[in-house]
Amino acid sequence: MSLSGERRIQEHPILPEVDRKQVTIYFDGQAISAYEGEPIAAALMSAGVRSFRRTVKRGEPRGIFCAIGRCTDCMMIVNGKPNIRTCVTPVEDGMQVSRQLGYGKAEEAAK
Amino acid sequence: MRKMEADIAIIGAGSAGLCAAIQAAEAGADVVVFDENQLPGGQLFKQIHKFFGSREHQAGVRGFEIGQQLLEDVKKSGAKVMLDSVVYGLFAENSLGVIAEDKYHYEVKAKKIIIAAGAKENYMAFPGSTLPGVMGAGAAQTMINVNRVLPGKRIVMLGSGNVGLIVSYQLMQAGAQVAAVVEAAPTIGGYGVHAGKIRRAGVPILTGHTIKEVYGKEEVEGVILAQLDEKWQMIPGTEQDIKADTLCLAVGLNPMTELAWMAGCQFTHIPALGGHVPLHDHNMETTKPGVYVAGDITGVEEASSAMEEGKLAGIAAAAALGYLSQEEAAAKKQEVLRRLDMLRTGLFGEKRKAAKERQMAEMVGYQAVTAEKGGVK
Ligand SMILES: Cc1cc2nc3c(=O)[nH]c(=O)nc-3n(C[C@H](O)[C@H](O)[C@H](O)COP(=O)(O)OP(=O)(O)OC[C@H]3O[C@@H](n4cnc5c(N)ncnc54)[C@H](O)[C@@H]3O)c2cc1C
Ligand code: FES
Repeated sequence: MSLSGERRIQEHPILPEVDRKQVTIYFDGQAISAYEGEPIAAALMSAGVRSFRRTVKRGEPRGIFCAIGRCTDCMMIVNGKPNIRTCVTPVEDGMQVSRQLGYGKAEEAAK
Repeated sequence: MRKMEADIAIIGAGSAGLCAAIQAAEAGADVVVFDENQLPGGQLFKQIHKFFGSREHQAGVRGFEIGQQLLEDVKKSGAKVMLDSVVYGLFAENSLGVIAEDKYHYEVKAKKIIIAAGAKENYMAFPGSTLPGVMGAGAAQTMINVNRVLPGKRIVMLGSGNVGLIVSYQLMQAGAQVAAVVEAAPTIGGYGVHAGKIRRAGVPILTGHTIKEVYGKEEVEGVILAQLDEKWQMIPGTEQDIKADTLCLAVGLNPMTELAWMAGCQFTHIPALGGHVPLHDHNMETTKPGVYVAGDITGVEEASSAMEEGKLAGIAAAAALGYLSQEEAAAKKQEVLRRLDMLRTGLFGEKRKAAKERQMAEMVGYQAVTAEKGGVK
């Protein structure tokens, strides 16, 4: 099964096809199709979402920088828990993901 | 807190850590490997290019295929691999602090430790460099080859070393447009073969240029380039505005040295290897007896050399614990050293070889001084 996200690579030039399970996650309440087990960041990017959080002092946007869990630029609130590195956290069906503002207190996510 | 004991604890299940684990476990040691990721393999699975070198180095085989083979070999070797397990510290008497699955706290006592934590990408600051859409070239490589998602549609690449050239080509293959490859130096950094592929696809490689600024409201919308004079200063009036939604930085990697610093290893600074690197001897053992290093953490090279260094560390650690006889270990190490030597040839290899020799020479110097003072504390 292949997902139609506008940035999905449908036919990889080198890699063989893989069978993955399609699920749904929610970004600030909005449904996004995703593959189970892929990083949350990949699912968001496939849907064209690239601005993941805002900084504490100046409220500047941040997105993916390293994609391997080493820079913390991609932190978001996932199922109510802030500071989750979405580039290394796998998608589970029904996950609630929201843009993190500043330190992202857990209660902000609940609002 | 849970307690665990092992002969050899390895930090990192990338090319280096897995190879170390296979060697040591095959020799009979009780080995445990920790990796904070949910999947093993480190950077290997994003490497879809065919490897260079000779058949012995698995030239012609693609990185992800080598990765699959390593995973099978690890399984057969009997080494234990614990994923989703971050090593947060190294403490006195070779003990490791580990948090597994975000909830279990382990204190691990090991007779030998091998740090194979890899490297991270360098960042460069300029106006707009924090905007979403500015990312490492390795990050783009991860997105297309592991996650199968395009990080952007129209891309500018900064840096014409092999990473910049290879990732540009892979981005095009995956369906993105590469607007330009920008290089501050007067000449292209990487191999001609790679540059040729990019040029034939019609992508300009702009040497003697740099990024003046990246603009955009919420994300990258464009990149302003400027030409550099011979003193590396931007020449006013040479700016060009390139519409792009992504800027990839291929400006080098630096070793992930935190744990080695924490262990108290002695370091030296070698720019050709990515910055501060721990001193080590021909066995990959650092100035802290019983603490070994392998792969990118000892100096950024490539996957093939990381694997050989990993084997070396695994053999040496197992031999130090008596799992291999002196002769067996010597024969195995000699084979690995020979292959490492072959990898460190050619235009780029020679430079790395000289740098690695300096690193090991400094180790000898350090040992001589500490011996005079009555040995390592
Ligand atoms: C993004 C990127 C792309 C690269 N692409 C190429 C390429 O295309 N071709 C090439 O030849 N070389 C490439 N390299 C260079 C590199 O030399 C090789 O990729 C090689 O695989 C490095 O192997 P390694 O085992 O040293 O590190 P890695 O493969 O990075 O493995 C290190 C592992 O350690 C784990 N780790 C680190 N710290 C901890 C901790 N505290 N606790 C638990 N686990 C930890 C990490 O999760 C990781 O899995 C790349 C490097 C990077 C960073
Ligand atoms: S993008 Fe760097 S940690 Fe996720």
